[in-house]
Amino acid sequence: MTFGQLPYDIAHLLGGAMLLVSFVLLYQRRVPAMVNALAAQGALLALAAFWQGLMQGAPQLYLTALIAFAAKAVLIPLALRALIRRLDLHRTVETALGIGPSLIAGVALVALAIIAVLPVTAGALAIAREDLALALSIVLLGMLMMITRRNAILQVVGLMSMENGLILAAVGVAGMPLVVELSTAALVLMVCVVGGVFVFQIRERFDSVDTGFLEIHRGERR
Amino acid sequence: MYLPWIIVFLPWAGAVALALIPRLDVAARVNIGVAALSLVLALTLLGYPAGEQGWTRVDALNAPFVALSAFIGLTTAIFSAGQVAHENFDALRGRAYHAAFQVFLGAQALALLSDNMGVMWVAIEIATLASVLMVAVHGTPAAIEAAWKFFILCGVGIALALFGTILLYMAAQPVAGHGDPGLSWAALHAVAAKCDAGLLNLALVFLAVGYGTKAGLVPLHSWLPDAEAEGPIAISAVLSGLLLNAALMALLRAQSIVAANPQAVAADGILVALGLASLLLSALALWRRRDARRFFAWSSIGHMGLASLAFGLGANLAGLLHMAAHSVVKSAIFFGIGHAARIKGSQKIADIGGLAATHPGLGWGLAIAIAAIAGMPPFAVFASEFLLVTETAARNAWLLAPLGIGLLVSVAAEITLLQRLCLGDPTPDGATPPTTMESLTAVLPLWLHLGLALVMGIAMPAGMAAMLRAGAGILG
Repeated sequence: MTFGQLPYDIAHLLGGAMLLVSFVLLYQRRVPAMVNALAAQGALLALAAFWQGLMQGAPQLYLTALIAFAAKAVLIPLALRALIRRLDLHRTVETALGIGPSLIAGVALVALAIIAVLPVTAGALAIAREDLALALSIVLLGMLMMITRRNAILQVVGLMSMENGLILAAVGVAGMPLVVELSTAALVLMVCVVGGVFVFQIRERFDSVDTGFLEIHRGERR
Repeated sequence: MYLPWIIVFLPWAGAVALALIPRLDVAARVNIGVAALSLVLALTLLGYPAGEQGWTRVDALNAPFVALSAFIGLTTAIFSAGQVAHENFDALRGRAYHAAFQVFLGAQALALLSDNMGVMWVAIEIATLASVLMVAVHGTPAAIEAAWKFFILCGVGIALALFGTILLYMAAQPVAGHGDPGLSWAALHAVAAKCDAGLLNLALVFLAVGYGTKAGLVPLHSWLPDAEAEGPIAISAVLSGLLLNAALMALLRAQSIVAANPQAVAADGILVALGLASLLLSALALWRRRDARRFFAWSSIGHMGLASLAFGLGANLAGLLHMAAHSVVKSAIFFGIGHAARIKGSQKIADIGGLAATHPGLGWGLAIAIAAIAGMPPFAVFASEFLLVTETAARNAWLLAPLGIGLLVSVAAEITLLQRLCLGDPTPDGATPPTTMESLTAVLPLWLHLGLALVMGIAMPAGMAAMLRAGAGILG
């Protein structure tokens, strides 16, 4: 299966769209818009998992798709929106890196992902290797996003975007065992983060979710 | 057949029960009971036939560490039972703390026992979640900062480890076929030589960064000192004694798969570099610590570095012995430091002094334990470090220079601390003196661990030595 065949093109399109959303997350300053973008990425991931299930004839991937859609496209974004309302975050947040430099860094990371993945996967199917390159790009962009944001909720958004990339990689590899279990376990991690023990308590105590406020409690400066 | 799963699910069943027990003193006793039962089961594992059973495996590499973890789990539960009354838990926090403790013990046993790399990843993730909860349980700003840092850094770390695991499967899939064998350590180890070397290399990078974060190796260590300085002190004992070992073991399992392929890059360089960086940075950092728990967290970073250096050099026996010795002695130190902090009402080094004069049982125990972690004979850390140094001299002599500098600088820092805490002028005690029960639950486990470290150092039982040697052989 190569370029020009429908199943391949659709898988490629979905992965590419997820990567595009990662770039949106990278430059977007408005918090609610970021949550919308994250929801869109979750929905795309669900579609990608569904499509892979169809292509590989692997019905368990439908379950992954369903879980991804319910949790990442619907429930977690709803919870994040509720948090934003509660914390009154309808504002823009500044990032440590300007739009231009972060986009340049993002493009560099995508190039790095392609340089790292394509040569070593020469033996694998074209679809698997390009899926993997896309997934690694999404993971790296998620990391970059976490580095450039100081806000606790947005770090969580970055972590979730990273995790979306991981699941994309997992569903793209034919016959991967435990996909459902692994994606659920990764989701539990996200739910725990969003579960907001921290965010709620940070809010209660500091009237802010900017992790910069935490730094006075850091290390031995007590 | 089911014994490995029983060892995993017994603590988890205990966790469910503990989550339902509102009274702190009852819960603390149940906690000890569950830990004691786990230890009995873990000891029977030592005589269990080696081999894989579905998703789990028992071999000479993990059985001793499961037994050791169960032992430290039990002594920590005893220590925790004495200290828990002073943690000022409300009912909810008390339940969360005890349940998380058992969830953690079960998860890290699963991490050691799993044959399936995916299951291993899930186990390490569960252990992370449970330990984050335990670090955050006090809910103070400093505890939340520590837990947040722990969560985010280790979240990224285990995300990368999952990516590495996926790559591992991708490398093995053309050879091992679809389904479970593609993630089984035994199957992967067997077919690694025929797998694509490039993919294995890429997988190794992600697994080393991912599990290396959890093992506290420099430069991915920064969550560890914060996490160990906050939360109930019993947590520091199990974080240092168990979690770091489980994560390093996961890294070693992954590394041994990649090493089985002659075309793949050798992981040795990565392990040696991470190990030396950890050792040297911690040796310098030890001198600037003012908080006793942070001091020993940094010392853990250095000792994980030593173990990683040993594995990188191929001195696997020294590495395994060092992991075991470090966890026994370091948890003893945390019992002692925890109790000293309780007596003095502060965990700052400046506030703790002259323990040997005023509290001889604790003071001398702590002094001996610190001397033991610094590598003084006749304890087990001396044996493993001696083995490491001789193996280094034989395999790669120029590494002796950084290794020697790192060891000497850390030993000097540790002995300086020993003099301050245990021998110097006594500092005033805190407002509420501990009860006899509290003292006993801290000092007895401390001496018990020292006894074990002594036995491991001078009279290692032949069966145990053979097992460690076989474990070192499994790593290749």
